[in-house]
Amino acid sequence: MSETYMIKVEKLNKSFGDLHVLKDIDITVKESDVVCLIGASGSGKSTLLRCLNFLELKDSGNIIFEGEKVEQETHDLNKVRQKVGMVFQHFHLFPHMTVLENVMEAPVYVKSMPKDQAKKEAQDLLRKVGLSDKENVYPSKLSGGQKQRVAIARALAMKPDIMLFDEPTSALDPELVGEVLSTMKELAEEGMTMVVVTHEMGFAKEVADWAVYLHDGKIVEVGHPEDLFNNPKEERTKNFLDSVL
Amino acid sequence: MDLLTKFIDTYPVFIKGMLLTFQLTVVAVFIAIFIGLFFAFLKISKIKVLEWIADIYIFLVRGTPLVVQIFIFYFGLTALDISQFWSVVLGLAFHNGAYIAEIFRGSIQSIDKGQMEAGRSLGMTAGLAMRRIILPQAFRRAMPPLGNQFIIALKDSSLASFIGMYELFNVATTYGSNEYDYMSYLLIVAVYYLVLVLIFSVLVNMAEKKMASSD
Repeated sequence: MSETYMIKVEKLNKSFGDLHVLKDIDITVKESDVVCLIGASGSGKSTLLRCLNFLELKDSGNIIFEGEKVEQETHDLNKVRQKVGMVFQHFHLFPHMTVLENVMEAPVYVKSMPKDQAKKEAQDLLRKVGLSDKENVYPSKLSGGQKQRVAIARALAMKPDIMLFDEPTSALDPELVGEVLSTMKELAEEGMTMVVVTHEMGFAKEVADWAVYLHDGKIVEVGHPEDLFNNPKEERTKNFLDSVL
Repeated sequence: MDLLTKFIDTYPVFIKGMLLTFQLTVVAVFIAIFIGLFFAFLKISKIKVLEWIADIYIFLVRGTPLVVQIFIFYFGLTALDISQFWSVVLGLAFHNGAYIAEIFRGSIQSIDKGQMEAGRSLGMTAGLAMRRIILPQAFRRAMPPLGNQFIIALKDSSLASFIGMYELFNVATTYGSNEYDYMSYLLIVAVYYLVLVLIFSVLVNMAEKKMASSD
């Protein structure tokens, strides 16, 4: 209902065959919120994220995006996805295109933006993520951290209202994690609404407005990262935090 | 030296035959690429009926000898007033289309699923992501087996001699029977085929190198 909600999830359920991955998930993300989803692998956090841009289709429940309930059978999901940026663990840059072409691709072919305008905007975005000098390079020549920053620029090129990050630093060498996190931090400071699946507790603490701990397809605990990490109310949260911190 | 004299004496006719062989092959493979792409899409459509249609087509092609297919196309199509050249071309295209369909299916399915997801996450339709993201990568990956298929088609086109096309192999056997000397002309025609295949292999290699520049 309210316009301040960017995305609202009600009683979301999702199964893969016999495996019930998400169980009655409720979550509301407000504009400019930065939310971290944490939990062990298999807890359903990535699936939840993928449900938010309909890469996975829910079995039941509601997803309300910018005040409008999205009916996955009848709604034009491509239109929704244009406003929901996604960054993947394994980057998934387009290897047959240069860095600049990667960033220009969606504005030009999805939004029919004139090429010179798309190019200018792509150059601005690449400058923002610190990769102006790599414009004409193919992705195979980039480091993991550079690839992920290009992927962020590519998603931003569609001027999304919300950005989803699916373990954006998990595939990176440790020394490359920082550059990606600082790009994300900048984005958060500009007021971008973000939902981040991450194992980076430091990042969650520093940047997130609140964190969600998922276990076995359920939300166990929600809270400000500082409180959640330091004084978990639930035993399961505590056990998980002990194992990762 | 006898062989060399024969080679020099007959080369204008062999060159003509070679051009016809080349024409048959290029036109047939060109059409087969579209047939192959079409049936590859049926195969990956995940719609059972369409998959079956593709399976039946591939089964028919694989299950019968090419020479039989060429004769069926020849007698069937010339009865409809289609020229000898086009009936052979269409027969070869029908045959190669099945193998090329499998080449394309394999190369499309070999592209990481994340590529389609990345495209979709940017708001692309499945069709647009296929055209802009998947196919360019799949074509590149299909180049080596496609080149191979072209060479097979080039050699298979010799079967067109059975319905009287005056292509390379027919030139050789005609000279052979006229002069009671099959062996010389078979050796000569083998050289022509080898040269054709060699030229084509070099071209494919160059194309592959060019396309690989981004890797």
